Amino acid sequence: MDMPNPNPLILARKAKLIERLEAVLPPEAVIHDPSETRAYECDGLTAYKCPPLAVVLPASTQEVSDALRICHEMDVPVVPRGAGTSLAGGALPTEDSVILGVAKLTDVLETDYDNRFIRVQTGRTNLSVTGAVEEDGFFYAPDPSSQLACAIAGNIAMNSGGAHCLKYGVTTNNLLGVTMVMMDGTITQIGGAFLDAEGLDLLGLICGSEGQLGVVTEATLRILHKPEGARPVLMGFDSSEVAGQCVSDIIKVGVLPVAIEFMDRPCIRATENFAGAGYPDCEALLIVEVEGSDAEIDEQLETIIEIAQSHNPVALRQSSSDDESKRIWLGRKSAFGAMGKINDYMCLDGTIPVSQLPYVLKRIGELSQEFGLDVANVFHAGDGNMHPLILFNANEPGQLELCEDLGAEILKLCVEVGGCLTGEHGVGIEKRDLMLHQYDPADLEIQMAVKDVFDPGWLLNPAKVFPLQSSDARRIAAE
Amino acid sequence: MTALTPKTEAELAEIVASANAPMRITGGGTRPIGKPCDGPVLSTSALSGIELYEPGALTLVARTGTPVSEVEKTLAKEGQRLAFEPMDHRGLLGTTGEPTIGGVFAANVSGPRRIQTGAARDFLLGVRFVDGTGQVLRNGGRVMKNVTGYDLVKLMAGSYGTLGVMTEVALKVLPKSRHTGMLALTGLSDTDAVRALSRALASPYEVTGGAHLQNGPDGAPLTVIRIEGFENSIAYRADELQKLLGAFGTATFETDADRTTQRWREIRDVAMFHDAPGDVWRISVKPSDAPGLVAQVPGAEALYDWGGGLIWLRVPEGTQADTIRNAMQATPGHATLIRGAAGAGAFQPLSPAIGALHDGLRAKFDPKGLFNPGLMDRAA
Repeated sequence: MDMPNPNPLILARKAKLIERLEAVLPPEAVIHDPSETRAYECDGLTAYKCPPLAVVLPASTQEVSDALRICHEMDVPVVPRGAGTSLAGGALPTEDSVILGVAKLTDVLETDYDNRFIRVQTGRTNLSVTGAVEEDGFFYAPDPSSQLACAIAGNIAMNSGGAHCLKYGVTTNNLLGVTMVMMDGTITQIGGAFLDAEGLDLLGLICGSEGQLGVVTEATLRILHKPEGARPVLMGFDSSEVAGQCVSDIIKVGVLPVAIEFMDRPCIRATENFAGAGYPDCEALLIVEVEGSDAEIDEQLETIIEIAQSHNPVALRQSSSDDESKRIWLGRKSAFGAMGKINDYMCLDGTIPVSQLPYVLKRIGELSQEFGLDVANVFHAGDGNMHPLILFNANEPGQLELCEDLGAEILKLCVEVGGCLTGEHGVGIEKRDLMLHQYDPADLEIQMAVKDVFDPGWLLNPAKVFPLQSSDARRIAAE
Repeated sequence: MTALTPKTEAELAEIVASANAPMRITGGGTRPIGKPCDGPVLSTSALSGIELYEPGALTLVARTGTPVSEVEKTLAKEGQRLAFEPMDHRGLLGTTGEPTIGGVFAANVSGPRRIQTGAARDFLLGVRFVDGTGQVLRNGGRVMKNVTGYDLVKLMAGSYGTLGVMTEVALKVLPKSRHTGMLALTGLSDTDAVRALSRALASPYEVTGGAHLQNGPDGAPLTVIRIEGFENSIAYRADELQKLLGAFGTATFETDADRTTQRWREIRDVAMFHDAPGDVWRISVKPSDAPGLVAQVPGAEALYDWGGGLIWLRVPEGTQADTIRNAMQATPGHATLIRGAAGAGAFQPLSPAIGALHDGLRAKFDPKGLFNPGLMDRAA
């Protein structure tokens, strides 16, 4: 994965830049000693590392504005960073860039149960947004699996999803308003504690723009009352095709589960060794969760089980208590940890039409054999968001490249069957150079034209999302 | 003037590529909102037909001129629906013709269920559109989760044809609820009604509609709360909600499907203002701000939807836009003139920074300034 060469003129301006940043930010908010900037050299995509020129950690929207204005005046690229949990390299710096981290912006600014929203600073973690309201029975719905660590800023940048988005939607469906600082330091407000912001849907545009259009410092988020209860049912099948058909039938019948999760045999075995959740040893396993009162849950599970029975499951376990629910979820929730225990792995994130599930799983199996690398599948089946995990050995020369090549083939397959490269992780640098498989040059051109409007100098996170050769002209013109 | 009605996307692209004067972009022409431009009408109404429907994947792809009624009929056969419940504007605006699925998304038209399930824009998965130079572009796809590149799908939704002419939309559909029921409270003040709705919406009982009519069918204020789902669930939730709302009086429980459906269709289409004279504004605010705002406008009648967050406000004909804008000065939100003499002030004025982004985007998508130039004005 290439990154543009650092601009020597910017490197030469480092001392002046630090001086100017320190004039507007408290001393501890500007980090430039190479031994300290190293902590920001990568995000969750740890295969790629590069220490930035400097790191700024502003503690207010005004400080964010001051820092951006100075970088803008000095033509220094800025890489916004939430909690640094991106799996796509969204917060990977270049040597000539300033990391702007929102880690100090963690306050809850307003909580309003009557109007069902919370306004927070965006450095706050996803889970602690729910933490701020759960004693009163409320929650913030999007729940990416990194929710303990990931920040709302990053959720907005990547339009993060989670296991429960089948029912509750992803970040963009739960975001009501933002305070956003433009690259030139202008502070803007979009939307607020009301539905559907005025004018063009800039809120929808910003959500998922990977920190390339502005830095969001405050967010107004929709909160909901927690359901009375939730319980899953676990079912095992002797083929992925049958499991896929079962998913489709459940969706068609009119029950809307909050989650339908899928695991294949390699993943089941790995998690069993790791967590011992008592999963059946079968080809494919589904966990389907529904919500409501006890009676409502029973009624929905009954319908789901009836459908499952018609597909001859090899295992069926309905939860009737919190304890059983926890055990059913235990393996799924520890799947990534389990895989990490036995191997290095790369987690893909393509989405496919649910109807293509059996075909895609079969093709992934074939590709896995062709490349000689094992692939385990664990994903959100209800919405077709796949997470194939490619297992490799990072210490063996050439394996990372082989793994990336296999990853690219799998993602191209997702696009071929009518899906997309990434469902919730974002493009970052990881899928940047595959974008032309999904979009024609003109489709990317109009997206880059949008960035031209928000950030004419191409200073915000410039080497992400678009293939480097596509954005070359713009980035070079900006220098 | 006769409308240009291209039958294919290529034909439409050709018209746009060779055009050099402003055009009025429409679908079925049933939602003329804001100041229309004087140029020729370019309509997508002949780009019709459902191209793909996968009930098991909850997705449908259609050309933008496809009648909403055709989409709804097709979905109904599989027990599915457009969950965001798009309004039919014909009754309120006195228009005729066939509302199109493209028009629904171009105006981001969402009905009462928006509070629970999301707006039209939340159900739009992918678009194809012709930009102002005549290029055919696409964004998004037909899958539920997609963060591949910028989300221009959301940008196109609600852009009133000012950025491009949509030719195809891919959308998410949902199963129809098996049963529906409705709780009703009478005689509440606006403030109490919004409080009652807030309490219901902040409960775990999945309320899918919350509205307050200042003048119900019998002239008295009527507050209604909709619940949908399995039969037993509805009975249980109605019971819990009745207890929860005890302080606001005794809520009656209506289980007749036809009467419930009819009532919510009337709310969706703002039926109570169809035959009443005057201009009609659509205002989105924080629900608890709504009653105070309504009280500031002299001679106004209100229908509150979305738990109070959406106000349909009927005011005397010719009421100056400033009257509404001034009343809203201290209230965050936005107001759009839906029915009335369309001046330049139908849309919410934008702040200078946001206005500049609008202008910038319009110049990129439509460099010749062809598409609906008078709509979504920026003037602050």
